Amino acid sequence: MNEIRTPIFQLLNRLGDMTLFLAEGFRQIPYSRRLAGKVVQQVYVIGAKSMFVILLIGLFTGLVLGLQAFYAMSMFGAQGMLGSLLALTLIREMAPVLTAVMITARAGSAMTAEIGVMRISDQIDALEVMDIHPIGYLVSPRLLAALITFPLLTSIFTVIGIFGGYLSACVLLSLNEGRYFSGIESSVTLHDIQGCFLKAAVFAVLVILVCCYQGYNAHLRKDGKGAEAVGNATTSAVVMSCVLILMADYVLTSFLL
Amino acid sequence: MSAAKTTVIGVFVLIGLICVSYLTIKLGRMEVLGDKGYTVSARFSSVAGLRVGASVEIAGVSVGKVSAIRLDTNDYTAYVDLHINEGVPISEDSMASVKTSGLIGDKYISITPGGAEETLRQGSVISDTEPALDLEALIGKVVFGGV
Repeated sequence: MNEIRTPIFQLLNRLGDMTLFLAEGFRQIPYSRRLAGKVVQQVYVIGAKSMFVILLIGLFTGLVLGLQAFYAMSMFGAQGMLGSLLALTLIREMAPVLTAVMITARAGSAMTAEIGVMRISDQIDALEVMDIHPIGYLVSPRLLAALITFPLLTSIFTVIGIFGGYLSACVLLSLNEGRYFSGIESSVTLHDIQGCFLKAAVFAVLVILVCCYQGYNAHLRKDGKGAEAVGNATTSAVVMSCVLILMADYVLTSFLL
Repeated sequence: MSAAKTTVIGVFVLIGLICVSYLTIKLGRMEVLGDKGYTVSARFSSVAGLRVGASVEIAGVSVGKVSAIRLDTNDYTAYVDLHINEGVPISEDSMASVKTSGLIGDKYISITPGGAEETLRQGSVISDTEPALDLEALIGKVVFGGV
Protein backbone atom coordinates (compact mmCIF):
# COMPACT_ATOMS: atom_id res chain seq x y z
CA MET A 1 0.00 0.00 0.00
CA ASN A 2 2.84 2.35 0.85
CA GLU A 3 4.36 1.89 -2.60
CA ILE A 4 1.20 3.37 -4.14
CA ARG A 5 0.56 5.98 -1.52
CA THR A 6 3.99 7.59 -1.44
CA PRO A 7 4.18 8.66 -5.13
CA ILE A 8 0.63 10.04 -5.00
CA PHE A 9 1.45 12.07 -1.91
CA GLN A 10 4.66 13.24 -3.52
CA LEU A 11 2.74 14.41 -6.57
CA LEU A 12 0.15 16.20 -4.45
CA ASN A 13 2.89 17.82 -2.37
CA ARG A 14 4.70 18.94 -5.50
CA LEU A 15 1.49 20.46 -6.91
CA GLY A 16 0.71 22.27 -3.68
CA ASP A 17 4.28 23.46 -3.36
CA MET A 18 4.31 24.86 -6.90
CA THR A 19 1.01 26.66 -6.34
CA LEU A 20 2.32 28.25 -3.15
CA PHE A 21 5.56 29.15 -4.95
CA LEU A 22 3.59 30.94 -7.69
CA ALA A 23 1.32 32.69 -5.19
CA GLU A 24 4.38 33.85 -3.22
CA GLY A 25 5.94 35.12 -6.46
CA PHE A 26 2.91 37.33 -7.12
CA ARG A 27 2.52 38.32 -3.45
CA GLN A 28 6.12 39.52 -3.21
CA ILE A 29 5.74 41.95 -6.15
CA PRO A 30 4.87 45.02 -4.01
CA TYR A 31 7.54 44.18 -1.38
CA SER A 32 10.43 43.60 -3.77
CA ARG A 33 12.91 46.47 -3.63
CA ARG A 34 14.26 48.19 -6.79
CA LEU A 35 11.81 46.08 -8.78
CA ALA A 36 11.74 48.26 -11.91
CA GLY A 37 15.46 47.87 -12.61
CA LYS A 38 15.31 44.11 -12.16
CA VAL A 39 12.26 43.85 -14.42
CA VAL A 40 14.02 45.83 -17.15
CA GLN A 41 17.09 43.57 -16.80
CA GLN A 42 14.85 40.50 -17.20
CA VAL A 43 13.00 42.07 -20.15
CA TYR A 44 16.45 42.31 -21.73
CA VAL A 45 17.33 38.69 -20.93
CA ILE A 46 13.97 37.11 -21.80
CA GLY A 47 12.77 39.49 -24.48
CA ALA A 48 15.40 41.50 -26.29
CA LYS A 49 17.90 38.64 -26.50
CA SER A 50 15.20 36.26 -27.80
CA MET A 51 13.98 38.66 -30.46
CA PHE A 52 16.39 37.55 -33.17
CA VAL A 53 15.55 33.86 -32.83
CA ILE A 54 11.82 34.69 -32.75
CA LEU A 55 12.20 36.72 -35.95
CA LEU A 56 13.94 33.80 -37.68
CA ILE A 57 11.52 31.14 -36.44
CA GLY A 58 8.50 33.31 -37.27
CA LEU A 59 9.75 34.08 -40.76
CA PHE A 60 10.38 30.44 -41.63
CA THR A 61 7.13 29.26 -40.03
CA GLY A 62 5.25 31.73 -42.22
CA LEU A 63 7.26 30.74 -45.30
CA VAL A 64 6.62 27.03 -44.91
CA LEU A 65 2.94 27.53 -43.99
CA GLY A 66 2.46 29.63 -47.11
CA LEU A 67 4.15 27.02 -49.26
CA GLN A 68 2.23 24.06 -47.84
CA ALA A 69 -1.12 25.83 -47.81
CA PHE A 70 -0.63 27.06 -51.36
CA TYR A 71 -0.12 23.56 -52.73
CA ALA A 72 -2.90 22.06 -50.60
CA MET A 73 -5.40 24.75 -51.59
CA SER A 74 -4.51 24.98 -55.28
CA MET A 75 -5.82 21.41 -55.56
CA PHE A 76 -9.34 22.82 -55.40
CA GLY A 77 -8.65 26.37 -56.50
CA ALA A 78 -9.10 28.01 -53.11
CA GLN A 79 -5.80 29.91 -52.94
CA GLY A 80 -7.79 33.03 -52.08
CA MET A 81 -8.40 31.55 -48.62
CA LEU A 82 -4.66 31.18 -48.00
CA GLY A 83 -4.32 34.51 -46.22
CA SER A 84 -7.07 33.84 -43.73
CA LEU A 85 -5.91 30.26 -43.13
CA LEU A 86 -2.35 31.37 -42.50
CA ALA A 87 -3.24 34.33 -40.27
CA LEU A 88 -5.71 32.35 -38.17
CA THR A 89 -3.28 29.44 -37.76
CA LEU A 90 -0.54 31.83 -36.68
CA ILE A 91 -2.64 33.97 -34.37
CA ARG A 92 -4.61 31.19 -32.72
CA GLU A 93 -1.98 28.46 -32.35
CA MET A 94 1.47 28.71 -33.85
CA ALA A 95 2.59 32.09 -32.56
CA PRO A 96 1.78 31.69 -28.84
CA VAL A 97 2.94 28.06 -28.64
CA LEU A 98 6.13 28.31 -30.69
CA THR A 99 7.11 31.58 -28.99
CA ALA A 100 6.65 30.04 -25.56
CA VAL A 101 8.61 26.91 -26.53
CA MET A 102 11.44 28.99 -27.99
CA ILE A 103 11.64 31.21 -24.92
CA THR A 104 11.67 28.11 -22.72
CA ALA A 105 14.59 26.75 -24.68
CA ARG A 106 16.49 30.03 -24.79
CA ALA A 107 15.72 31.87 -21.57
CA GLY A 108 13.92 29.31 -19.40
CA SER A 109 16.79 26.83 -19.34
CA ALA A 110 19.28 29.59 -18.52
CA MET A 111 16.97 30.74 -15.73
CA THR A 112 16.82 27.28 -14.16
CA ALA A 113 20.58 26.85 -14.40
CA GLU A 114 21.22 30.30 -12.90
CA ILE A 115 18.86 29.84 -9.95
CA GLY A 116 20.00 26.23 -9.51
CA VAL A 117 23.65 27.27 -9.23
CA MET A 118 22.66 29.99 -6.76
CA ARG A 119 20.90 27.31 -4.72
CA ILE A 120 23.70 24.74 -4.64
CA SER A 121 26.33 27.38 -3.89
CA ASP A 122 24.18 28.58 -0.94
CA GLN A 123 23.62 32.05 -2.41
CA ILE A 124 19.87 31.72 -1.81
CA ASP A 125 20.52 31.00 1.87
CA ALA A 126 22.75 34.08 1.90
CA LEU A 127 19.83 36.15 0.59
CA GLU A 128 17.65 34.85 3.40
CA VAL A 129 20.36 35.70 5.95
CA MET A 130 20.39 39.25 4.58
CA ASP A 131 16.59 39.36 5.06
CA ILE A 132 15.96 39.57 1.30
CA HIS A 133 13.06 37.36 0.30
CA PRO A 134 14.60 35.04 -2.31
CA ILE A 135 11.33 34.56 -4.20
CA GLY A 136 10.70 38.30 -4.28
CA TYR A 137 14.29 38.81 -5.45
CA LEU A 138 14.48 36.04 -8.05
CA VAL A 139 10.96 35.12 -9.17
CA SER A 140 8.77 38.25 -8.99
CA PRO A 141 10.83 40.35 -11.46
CA ARG A 142 10.95 37.42 -13.88
CA LEU A 143 7.17 36.94 -13.65
CA LEU A 144 6.53 40.59 -14.44
CA ALA A 145 9.11 40.66 -17.22
CA ALA A 146 7.64 37.52 -18.79
CA LEU A 147 4.12 38.97 -18.65
CA ILE A 148 5.48 41.96 -20.59
CA THR A 149 7.68 40.11 -23.08
CA PHE A 150 5.61 37.04 -24.01
CA PRO A 151 2.73 39.01 -25.62
CA LEU A 152 5.24 41.32 -27.35
CA LEU A 153 7.28 38.44 -28.77
CA THR A 154 4.10 36.60 -29.78
CA SER A 155 2.89 39.58 -31.76
CA ILE A 156 6.32 40.00 -33.38
CA PHE A 157 6.14 36.31 -34.33
CA THR A 158 2.66 36.73 -35.84
CA VAL A 159 3.50 39.79 -37.90
CA ILE A 160 6.76 38.35 -39.22
CA GLY A 161 4.95 35.06 -39.93
CA ILE A 162 2.31 36.86 -42.00
CA PHE A 163 5.16 38.57 -43.84
CA GLY A 164 6.82 35.17 -44.40
CA GLY A 165 3.58 33.82 -45.83
CA TYR A 166 3.43 36.84 -48.12
CA LEU A 167 6.99 36.13 -49.31
CA SER A 168 6.39 32.48 -50.18
CA ALA A 169 2.82 32.70 -51.49
CA CYS A 170 2.78 36.10 -53.20
CA VAL A 171 6.41 36.72 -54.19
CA LEU A 172 7.57 33.18 -54.98
CA LEU A 173 4.31 31.52 -56.06
CA SER A 174 2.70 34.69 -57.46
CA LEU A 175 -0.57 34.65 -55.54
CA ASN A 176 -2.56 37.88 -55.83
CA GLU A 177 -1.37 39.93 -52.86
CA GLY A 178 -4.62 41.85 -52.62
CA ARG A 179 -6.46 38.60 -52.05
CA TYR A 180 -3.87 37.53 -49.48
CA PHE A 181 -4.13 40.65 -47.34
CA SER A 182 -7.88 41.18 -47.74
CA GLY A 183 -8.37 37.52 -46.74
CA ILE A 184 -6.39 38.21 -43.56
CA GLU A 185 -8.23 41.41 -42.75
CA SER A 186 -11.68 39.98 -43.36
CA SER A 187 -11.23 36.82 -41.30
CA VAL A 188 -9.24 37.88 -38.22
CA THR A 189 -11.35 39.36 -35.42
CA LEU A 190 -10.42 41.10 -32.21
CA HIS A 191 -11.55 37.98 -30.36
CA ASP A 192 -8.78 35.94 -32.03
CA ILE A 193 -6.17 38.50 -31.03
CA GLN A 194 -7.43 38.66 -27.45
CA GLY A 195 -7.17 34.87 -27.31
CA CYS A 196 -3.63 35.06 -28.66
CA PHE A 197 -2.56 37.49 -25.93
CA LEU A 198 -4.38 35.50 -23.24
CA LYS A 199 -2.48 32.39 -24.30
CA ALA A 200 0.80 34.29 -24.29
CA ALA A 201 0.17 35.55 -20.74
CA VAL A 202 -0.79 32.10 -19.43
CA PHE A 203 2.29 30.52 -21.05
CA ALA A 204 4.45 33.27 -19.53
CA VAL A 205 3.29 32.38 -16.02
CA LEU A 206 3.68 28.63 -16.68
CA VAL A 207 7.20 28.88 -18.09
CA ILE A 208 8.47 31.15 -15.32
CA LEU A 209 6.80 29.03 -12.64
CA VAL A 210 8.27 25.75 -13.88
CA CYS A 211 11.74 27.07 -14.67
CA CYS A 212 12.18 29.05 -11.45
CA TYR A 213 10.68 26.28 -9.33
CA GLN A 214 13.00 23.64 -10.74
CA GLY A 215 16.06 25.82 -10.19
CA TYR A 216 14.94 26.96 -6.76
CA ASN A 217 14.50 23.37 -5.56
CA ALA A 218 17.56 21.90 -7.30
CA HIS A 219 19.08 20.93 -3.92
CA LEU A 220 16.07 18.71 -3.08
CA ARG A 221 16.45 16.50 -6.16
CA LYS A 222 17.06 12.81 -5.52
CA ASP A 223 18.62 12.06 -8.93
CA GLY A 224 21.88 13.86 -8.33
CA LYS A 225 23.96 16.15 -6.15
CA GLY A 226 25.50 19.52 -6.87
CA ALA A 227 26.25 20.26 -10.51
CA GLU A 228 24.52 17.12 -11.68
CA ALA A 229 21.32 18.18 -9.92
CA VAL A 230 21.43 21.55 -11.71
CA GLY A 231 21.77 19.78 -15.06
CA ASN A 232 18.88 17.46 -14.29
CA ALA A 233 16.77 20.36 -13.04
CA THR A 234 17.36 22.21 -16.31
CA THR A 235 16.35 19.17 -18.33
CA SER A 236 13.15 18.61 -16.39
CA ALA A 237 12.32 22.33 -16.47
CA VAL A 238 12.47 22.43 -20.27
CA VAL A 239 10.57 19.16 -20.75
CA MET A 240 7.92 20.04 -18.18
CA SER A 241 7.43 23.56 -19.58
CA CYS A 242 6.97 22.29 -23.13
CA VAL A 243 4.48 19.61 -22.07
CA LEU A 244 2.55 22.05 -19.89
CA ILE A 245 2.48 24.67 -22.67
CA LEU A 246 0.87 22.21 -25.08
CA MET A 247 -1.56 20.90 -22.46
CA ALA A 248 -2.57 24.42 -21.42
CA ASP A 249 -2.93 25.30 -25.10
CA TYR A 250 -5.52 22.59 -25.60
CA VAL A 251 -7.49 23.67 -22.53
CA LEU A 252 -7.36 27.36 -23.47
CA THR A 253 -8.36 26.67 -27.07
CA SER A 254 -11.38 24.69 -25.96
CA PHE A 255 -12.41 27.62 -23.76
CA LEU A 256 -11.81 30.25 -26.42
CA LEU A 257 -13.47 28.60 -29.40
CA MET B 1 23.05 49.01 -16.92
CA SER B 2 24.99 50.03 -20.00
CA ALA B 3 23.57 52.42 -22.59
CA ALA B 4 23.77 49.82 -25.38
CA LYS B 5 21.67 47.39 -23.38
CA THR B 6 19.02 50.03 -22.73
CA THR B 7 18.88 50.77 -26.46
CA VAL B 8 18.41 47.08 -27.27
CA ILE B 9 15.53 46.87 -24.80
CA GLY B 10 14.03 50.03 -26.28
CA VAL B 11 14.21 48.62 -29.81
CA PHE B 12 12.65 45.34 -28.65
CA VAL B 13 9.74 47.00 -26.86
CA LEU B 14 9.17 49.39 -29.77
CA ILE B 15 9.03 46.59 -32.37
CA GLY B 16 6.78 44.60 -30.07
CA LEU B 17 4.38 47.49 -29.58
CA ILE B 18 4.26 48.19 -33.32
CA CYS B 19 3.31 44.56 -33.93
CA VAL B 20 0.70 44.63 -31.14
CA SER B 21 -0.90 47.75 -32.56
CA TYR B 22 -0.86 46.34 -36.10
CA LEU B 23 -2.66 43.23 -34.84
CA THR B 24 -5.27 45.02 -32.74
CA ILE B 25 -6.01 48.05 -34.89
CA LYS B 26 -5.53 46.82 -38.46
CA LEU B 27 -6.56 43.19 -38.11
CA GLY B 28 -8.82 43.39 -35.04
CA ARG B 29 -10.47 46.54 -36.36
CA MET B 30 -10.44 48.15 -32.94
CA GLU B 31 -12.05 51.59 -32.92
CA VAL B 32 -9.39 53.79 -31.33
CA LEU B 33 -10.22 57.22 -32.63
CA GLY B 34 -13.87 57.12 -31.60
CA ASP B 35 -16.87 56.15 -33.65
CA LYS B 36 -17.40 58.54 -36.51
CA GLY B 37 -20.47 58.15 -38.67
CA TYR B 38 -24.06 57.39 -37.87
CA THR B 39 -26.32 54.41 -37.30
CA VAL B 40 -29.54 53.70 -39.14
CA SER B 41 -31.88 50.73 -38.75
CA ALA B 42 -33.64 48.52 -41.24
CA ARG B 43 -36.40 46.00 -40.73
CA PHE B 44 -36.20 42.71 -42.66
CA SER B 45 -38.55 39.74 -42.80
CA SER B 46 -35.48 37.46 -42.79
CA VAL B 47 -31.73 38.00 -42.39
CA ALA B 48 -30.77 34.32 -42.42
CA GLY B 49 -26.98 34.01 -42.56
CA LEU B 50 -26.21 37.67 -41.84
CA ARG B 51 -23.66 38.28 -39.06
CA VAL B 52 -22.74 41.28 -36.95
CA GLY B 53 -19.70 42.90 -38.61
CA ALA B 54 -20.84 42.10 -42.14
CA SER B 55 -20.19 44.95 -44.55
CA VAL B 56 -22.70 47.46 -45.89
CA GLU B 57 -22.09 48.30 -49.54
CA ILE B 58 -23.33 50.82 -52.06
CA ALA B 59 -22.46 49.97 -55.65
CA GLY B 60 -19.98 47.38 -54.36
CA VAL B 61 -18.07 49.90 -52.22
CA SER B 62 -17.97 49.22 -48.49
CA VAL B 63 -19.51 52.18 -46.62
CA GLY B 64 -20.09 50.69 -43.17
CA LYS B 65 -20.92 47.54 -41.26
CA VAL B 66 -23.72 45.77 -39.46
CA SER B 67 -23.46 46.76 -35.81
CA ALA B 68 -26.37 44.79 -34.30
CA ILE B 69 -29.07 42.29 -35.23
CA ARG B 70 -32.05 41.73 -32.96
CA LEU B 71 -35.58 40.39 -33.12
CA ASP B 72 -38.59 42.67 -32.85
CA THR B 73 -41.00 40.55 -30.80
CA ASN B 74 -44.07 42.61 -31.81
CA ASP B 75 -44.23 41.33 -35.36
CA TYR B 76 -41.25 38.90 -35.37
CA THR B 77 -39.14 40.75 -37.91
CA ALA B 78 -35.38 41.16 -37.82
CA TYR B 79 -34.15 44.59 -36.82
CA VAL B 80 -30.66 45.38 -38.14
CA ASP B 81 -28.53 48.35 -37.09
CA LEU B 82 -26.25 49.61 -39.85
CA HIS B 83 -23.26 51.74 -38.95
CA ILE B 84 -22.57 54.05 -41.91
CA ASN B 85 -19.24 55.86 -42.27
CA GLU B 86 -19.01 59.61 -41.95
CA GLY B 87 -19.41 61.51 -45.20
CA VAL B 88 -21.74 59.04 -46.89
CA PRO B 89 -25.20 60.63 -47.11
CA ILE B 90 -27.95 58.17 -47.98
CA SER B 91 -31.26 59.40 -49.32
CA GLU B 92 -34.39 58.58 -47.37
CA ASP B 93 -36.04 56.36 -49.98
CA SER B 94 -33.01 54.04 -50.40
CA MET B 95 -33.58 50.31 -50.42
CA ALA B 96 -31.58 47.87 -48.24
CA SER B 97 -31.27 44.26 -49.31
CA VAL B 98 -29.45 41.21 -47.94
CA LYS B 99 -27.14 39.86 -50.64
CA THR B 100 -24.65 37.02 -50.87
CA SER B 101 -21.16 37.45 -52.29
CA GLY B 102 -20.77 34.54 -54.68
CA LEU B 103 -22.86 31.43 -54.50
CA ILE B 104 -21.81 30.31 -51.01
CA GLY B 105 -20.05 33.48 -49.83
CA ASP B 106 -20.75 35.71 -46.85
CA LYS B 107 -23.98 37.67 -46.54
CA TYR B 108 -23.80 41.47 -46.69
CA ILE B 109 -26.19 44.40 -46.91
CA SER B 110 -26.45 46.23 -50.20
CA ILE B 111 -28.05 49.67 -50.28
CA THR B 112 -29.59 50.85 -53.52
CA PRO B 113 -29.70 54.67 -53.40
CA GLY B 114 -32.98 56.43 -53.98
CA GLY B 115 -33.62 59.89 -55.36
CA ALA B 116 -35.13 61.82 -52.44
CA GLU B 117 -33.60 65.10 -51.26
CA GLU B 118 -33.93 64.17 -47.59
CA THR B 119 -31.07 62.04 -46.20
CA LEU B 120 -31.11 59.48 -43.41
CA ARG B 121 -29.94 60.68 -39.99
CA GLN B 122 -28.77 58.95 -36.81
CA GLY B 123 -31.55 56.58 -35.75
CA SER B 124 -33.62 56.75 -38.96
CA VAL B 125 -35.29 53.61 -40.23
CA ILE B 126 -34.99 52.35 -43.79
CA SER B 127 -38.50 51.21 -44.67
CA ASP B 128 -37.86 49.71 -48.09
CA THR B 129 -36.04 46.39 -47.65
CA GLU B 130 -35.54 43.09 -49.41
CA PRO B 131 -34.97 39.93 -47.34
CA ALA B 132 -32.23 37.34 -47.75
CA LEU B 133 -32.61 35.12 -50.76
CA ASP B 134 -33.52 31.63 -49.55
CA LEU B 135 -31.35 29.52 -51.82
CA GLU B 136 -32.64 26.19 -50.45
CA ALA B 137 -36.27 27.16 -51.13
CA LEU B 138 -35.33 28.31 -54.61
CA ILE B 139 -33.55 25.03 -55.40
CA GLY B 140 -36.55 23.19 -53.99
CA LYS B 141 -38.84 25.07 -56.35
CA VAL B 142 -36.66 24.22 -59.34
CA VAL B 143 -36.38 20.56 -58.36
CA PHE B 144 -39.99 19.97 -57.38
CA GLY B 145 -41.57 22.33 -59.87
CA GLY B 146 -43.61 25.42 -59.18
CA VAL B 147 -41.39 28.03 -60.78
